[in-house]
Amino acid sequence: MSVPVAWYLVLAAAMFAVGTAGALTRRNGITIFLSIELMLNSANLTLVAYSRLLEDRTGQIVVLFVLAVAAAEAAVGLALFIALYRHRRTIDLDRVNLLRW
Amino acid sequence: MTPQTVASLANLGAFLGILLTVVPLMVWFERRGGALMQDRPGPNRLGPFGLLQPLADVFKFIFKEDVLPKEADRALYLMAPVLAVLPAFSTFVVIPLGPTIEWGGEELRMMVAPVETGVLLLLALASLGVYSLVIAGYASNNKYSLLGSIRASAQMISYELALTLAVVAVLLPVESFRLDLVVEAQIAGIWNIVPQALGFLVFLVAAFAETNRLPFDLPEAESELVAGYHTEYSAMRFASFFMAEYASMTVLSALGATLYFGGWHLPGVDLAALGIWGVVLGAGVLVAKIAVFLFLFVWVRWSFPRFRYDQLMAIGWKGLLPLAILNLLWVAGASLAGWL
Amino acid sequence: MELLVFAIFAGLALASALTVVLHRDPVKSTLSLVVTLFSTGVLFVLLGAPFVGVLQVLVYTGAIVVLFLFVVMLLNLQREARRSEPGGSFQKVAAGAGALAFAAFAGIAVWRTSADAEAAELTEAFVGLRGFSEELFERFLLPFEIIGLLLLVAVIAAYVVARRPEPERRLPTPLEKATGEARIDPVGEEAP
Repeated sequence: MSVPVAWYLVLAAAMFAVGTAGALTRRNGITIFLSIELMLNSANLTLVAYSRLLEDRTGQIVVLFVLAVAAAEAAVGLALFIALYRHRRTIDLDRVNLLRW
Repeated sequence: MTPQTVASLANLGAFLGILLTVVPLMVWFERRGGALMQDRPGPNRLGPFGLLQPLADVFKFIFKEDVLPKEADRALYLMAPVLAVLPAFSTFVVIPLGPTIEWGGEELRMMVAPVETGVLLLLALASLGVYSLVIAGYASNNKYSLLGSIRASAQMISYELALTLAVVAVLLPVESFRLDLVVEAQIAGIWNIVPQALGFLVFLVAAFAETNRLPFDLPEAESELVAGYHTEYSAMRFASFFMAEYASMTVLSALGATLYFGGWHLPGVDLAALGIWGVVLGAGVLVAKIAVFLFLFVWVRWSFPRFRYDQLMAIGWKGLLPLAILNLLWVAGASLAGWL
Repeated sequence: MELLVFAIFAGLALASALTVVLHRDPVKSTLSLVVTLFSTGVLFVLLGAPFVGVLQVLVYTGAIVVLFLFVVMLLNLQREARRSEPGGSFQKVAAGAGALAFAAFAGIAVWRTSADAEAAELTEAFVGLRGFSEELFERFLLPFEIIGLLLLVAVIAAYVVARRPEPERRLPTPLEKATGEARIDPVGEEAP
């Protein structure tokens, strides 16, 4: 018996929910970033699952692009964290609030 | 239990046997061969030519006190040696030991994992080897370990790029990731060392850097950083790191032999026609080629001084990477022109 | 067989995802992300996308998360202190948002795919390398090249943002502004 595609989609939805809760709740900048990567990963899983269902390879190829974009975003984001740390000696995003209302 | 499954299991046994034999032999040869090159006797008290020395080493490792640094992160500290061994002992699954043979009407490929992703799988599993370095240094709660581990992991990921590009250049004319097709292409034409000598040079240097062997062993050099990322490890955990290093040396040697020197192919002999004996003979040929590579590893270790860290990084990014790209361009051009 | 592999790796993915979000130590969170991404890679292979799965392991876990780990270790991030009450209600809102997202997406997924629909058998043409690379390099050649450009831009940007500013051009830090001194250098970064 093969696995229904819906199960993969539900798993992806669950991972996305976990990532969202994490991104909204945590103070540590790196952990927020990890939660965002988790959300991206769940989107990838959804894309591949639908690609399987619709017999269209477009989903898989888009995942490749998402992977590359995630890499670029991680590089720049981490560079920003390094610069932030150098300036403020903290990555606790609750304390980096100069632009808050 | 299909015939391919049986073949895969047989290959698994064979390759594990090879790895577990090579590791103690390398321990012996490293010290004895190195001594020969340096005009001194080396271990010669245990058994003829000191051949039982690895056995003594194993006893020593088993009975040594197992130290756990006090402030170390316990879970990570214990996990690091395991993480070192796992990639080293799983990357060989896509390397063919012998020719593809016919059995009961179907083709049996002589690999543990006859998948289409081939070498890509090997590279992916090898890239996981960085984590053991990173975690070992971090978990030891020791400045020198952390420094050593950061250097080692930066070195590994830098040279992974050049290694991958060299491998890609070999795959380009074959149009597949499968290593058995790479070997068959070399049998039909010429061993890849001839058209891609530059690629082989890049691969070799990158392989030295990937396994943290001299002249790239600054991260674990004794005179520089105590013992780098495995300073705080003793007894069997230390032995795990060493086993992992020798195993990955062996697998990279096997990969180099397969990509550039025809793998299991013996020039002039049609091994595919010999059926099961062809496979056995092919495995023997591959092991012989691996032995040559390992001799080269030891030879280089005892001959050259090590690179300073900034020299090391400069070579990886400013030297090897452009050469690898050049090689790739040359192969691409030659493929388009029909020469390859 | 497929069910067993799915069960193991789906469970692993979910458990490690929860660890990423809930654990206090950023190093353990990062390593849990490795497990999540690796499990997802395996699931990709199950879904008939072996190249994407292997590339996920090679690129994502083999390089990107290593980068994360470097930054975490270099900045020596301390464990996040246990959150005390301020922000308690915010956590409930966040958890609520998460649950809502899950319900919405899972519901849509189940509704649109009719819960026990099984996809067609995987064919060699679909899974194989030839079809994948043909589609990538023929239909998607332009996005492919643009992604290459994007990566180049990202590398340059990361270098520019993260490099040490030259001493003459560094803006005054808040401490220097507050005390009126120029060039406070507690770590000894600037050469004498």
